[in-house]
This record gives sequence, C-alpha cells and structure tokens, in this order.
Amino acid sequence: MDLTRVEVWIGALLTLMIFSFLYKDNVFYKFAEHLFVGVSAAYWMVVGVHTTIIPNLLGKLWPRAAAVWLPAAGEWEMDLWFLIPLVFGLLLLTRLLKKVGYLSRWSMGLIIGYAAGTNLIRYLQSDFMSQISHTMIPLFVKDGGGGLAFGETFSNGILFFGTICGLVYFFFSAEHKGILRPMSRIGIWVLMVTFGASFGYTVMARISLLTGRVQYLLRDWLGVI
Amino acid sequence: MAGGKRDWVYKLSRLDRRIIFFLIGLSVVVPLLIGLVLPVFTSPIVQNMFDRIESLPPGSRVLLSCDYGPSTAPENQPMAESITRHALARDCRLYIVSLWATGAGQIELLQDQVLRTEFEGKEEGVDWVNLGYKAGNQGLINAILLDLKAMYSTDVRGTSTGSIPMMEGVANLTDMDLIVGIGSGFPGVKEWIQFAGDRGDIPITGGVTAVEAPLLYPYYPKQLLGLMGGLQGAAEYETALIKAYPRFRQTAVNAVRLMGPQAVAHTLIALLVILGNVMFFMERRREGKRS
Repeated sequence: MDLTRVEVWIGALLTLMIFSFLYKDNVFYKFAEHLFVGVSAAYWMVVGVHTTIIPNLLGKLWPRAAAVWLPAAGEWEMDLWFLIPLVFGLLLLTRLLKKVGYLSRWSMGLIIGYAAGTNLIRYLQSDFMSQISHTMIPLFVKDGGGGLAFGETFSNGILFFGTICGLVYFFFSAEHKGILRPMSRIGIWVLMVTFGASFGYTVMARISLLTGRVQYLLRDWLGVI
Repeated sequence: MAGGKRDWVYKLSRLDRRIIFFLIGLSVVVPLLIGLVLPVFTSPIVQNMFDRIESLPPGSRVLLSCDYGPSTAPENQPMAESITRHALARDCRLYIVSLWATGAGQIELLQDQVLRTEFEGKEEGVDWVNLGYKAGNQGLINAILLDLKAMYSTDVRGTSTGSIPMMEGVANLTDMDLIVGIGSGFPGVKEWIQFAGDRGDIPITGGVTAVEAPLLYPYYPKQLLGLMGGLQGAAEYETALIKAYPRFRQTAVNAVRLMGPQAVAHTLIALLVILGNVMFFMERRREGKRS
C-alpha cells in the first residue's frame, strides 16, 4: 500500500472536515479540531523533550543516559552547573501545588528578569534609537544633475511629516488646539491608512493560505491540476 | 424596507455569509483549474533584496533561517526555494538553520525538492549545509553571535561541524555575509534584525507572511535591506529570479502560479466591500426618508 496516498487522503479529508464549519458547526469539524489540538500538544511535548530536555539537561547532567537518544552526547562531559536550571525548572512546577506554589515565583522572577533585560536592549537599540536616527532624512533630495529629485523628496516628506503627525496624535500633555489640531488630524489619517494597509495584507495572507489548501486538494489529492 | 417589502436592497444587505464563502471558494478554485497566471512586477523593496544577493561574490556565506511551519508554507516555502536557488546560482555557500521546530521539516522539503534535484552538482558540506533546528529563540541568536559552533556542534546528520569544510573560518554570525530570515512570527526576521543585524552589524534581508510584513516595513531600508511580503513578495522575487536566470522558468513559479487566484479573490472581496457600503448608505437614506 502506498502510504503517501494514505497520508494525502487523510490530509484531504481533514481539510474538508475543517471547511465544513463554513456551512454549519458539525461533528466532523469538532472531531478534526480536537484531533488537531491533541496532536499539536503531543507534538510540541515530544519536540520539547528531544530538543531541550535531552540535549540541554539530561545530556549535561547524565551524558551516558542521553546517548540513548542522542549518540553525540556519549562524548560529552558531565556539567553540574546544569543542576541550577534543573532546580528552577522543578520549582516552576510547584505552581501546581497549593501549599508550596509560592516557590514558583523564584523561577518566574528569573524568567521575567531575563526577558526584561534582553527586551530592554533590543527595543531600545533597534526600535527606539535606530528608528529615530533613520527618520532623520533629507527633506530635499537632489538628483545626479543637481536638480530636485521629486519622487524621493515627496517620499521623504511623507515619511517625516507622517511620523511627526502620528506622534502628535499620541501626545496628550497638551490640548490639541492651534497647530496641534491639524497635525493630530493628519496623524489620525496616517494611522488609518496604515491600519487599512495592514488589514489588506491580512486578507492577502488568508487568501494565500486558502489557495495553498485548495491547491493541495486539487493537485495532490485529486490530481486535476 | 421600502413600503414594507423585502426588496433587493434589504436582501442584499443581509446576504447569507455562506454564499460569500462559496463565492470566495469559487474565486480560488476556478483560476487554479483554468491555470490563470497574471504578470507580476517586482517592487523596489523586493528588487533591493534580489540585487543584494546578486551582488554577492562567489563563495560568500549566506545564512538562511527557515522560521516557519506547514501552516504558512504556501507563503514561505516559495520564498525559501527562491533564495536557495538564487544563492546557489551565485555560487554562494548556504548555511541553513531554523529557530522553529517545524522549520526542520520544511528544510527537509527544501532539500528534497530543490537542493538534491536542481543542484546535484552542489555538494553537501561544501556548498550547503543543514544545521537544523535548535531551541532558544532569541537566546540562540545571542549565543551564535558570539560562538556558532558552540551551539551547532553537529549538522542535522550528526557530522561534527569541525569536520565540515564550509564551516572552516566560521566562528560566529559576524562571519556571514548575509542573513536571510524566512519567517511567520516569533522568533523570526524581527529577532534576526534586533539581535544579529543591529548588534552584530550583519546585513539582514527576509521574507515574511503578509500578516507580519507591515510590522517590518519600518526597518526598511537601513536595518532591513529588503523584504518579501507574503505571497506577492514571493511571486515578485520569482519574477526577478526568472528574469536573471531563465533556467528557473519551469521551477521557480510556485508563487507566481498562485497570484491568479489571489487577484480574482481580492477583486471579489473589493467588490463585496463596495457593495456592502452602497447597501449601507442606501438603507440609511431610506431610514432618513421614512423618519
């Protein structure tokens, strides 16, 4: 029996079961949905064990045991420093026990502290300082002949004034009157255009995924294209 | 309702959504069945990315990170395939990794459908290497920015990276000439920009799903040299690739083929949005007249 065909049939039938929800909720859709949730949970658990627990914990604390699943671990040396993450990992699980659940706060503190530390650097550097410096662009761009490059000048102007006006909209320390009022209104328009573009992209993404599924049904399953 | 009758305005403004679903389905199925292929033109943001790879001298090191899974494969897989074809056509050395567990399977597909079929003359370990998936998200990028072999001690086959010819001279990420991230969420292109591009001053380009693309445009062009946004971006890159390398005319067309249904579906959606708005304003005017 060609197992590839069995796999394609299973994929096609599950796809149609999911699509059946578009007509009405039904037992076939529920079955496919529950199957997906169950298989996903199991898959990620197995991936977590084989890509993190075995190489990064068992392989460091007991390499010979880890070598059963990861032959390369047989040559590793024991590293007892990894007892620290083992303890913190077990402390995290105490969350499930009411009496000692407070101990999990130690692990949560470490996780949150690490996340805060790395995120501070990356957002400060990439999303704050770099973005500010890259918005400092020439408002009048010259072309090769010394004249004004209208396309780039217009584009830079939109970028600069659009950014300023968008920021003014979110500036609540002063009432939006006088010059701030029209700038704020322009900022709203800039934001709405951005949201519209984002929505359009989202529609494109969903249609792309639908097209991919339909292609699977017509090409891989039915073979009509 | 005009005069108490349920006329066409009333019915159309309350159209059963299942009819709309059916029409959307038809708008995708019919173009696929008839093989509708529309011309695609490469936009500057994708052309910049193409030109960057095109300008790499032979032997350049390109890191391709496949940070996606089967759920977004229709958008991301054509991107990864196009980058693979382009990099190897330029005789670059391709290092393939993944920050997603599901990316490992997509890399296998890439190997089977592109690397081992279209580039039989390219040797694994010399021209391309699959270093596979490693857990750690942005922590992994942080680590390989300093020492790549400490995290990738073997490739996906278990071969020690110390014995792989193309890993010679590669100490960390800064030894890469270009990093290309193909992603669909976290971790993805954004993390490559923030942890590798900005901190290590390494050129970054990428391709992402259409949902994520607007979030990355602010990084272009200084922090991100170019970006393929969704299936449209993938199709644009394929168009540029075929134009420069006609030998890929039969193979690098997966995304271009899917743009036909895309265009028809989008046209239908736009017409339905316009229709909905017309019905809304007509009903509002009738309500105003009655009151």
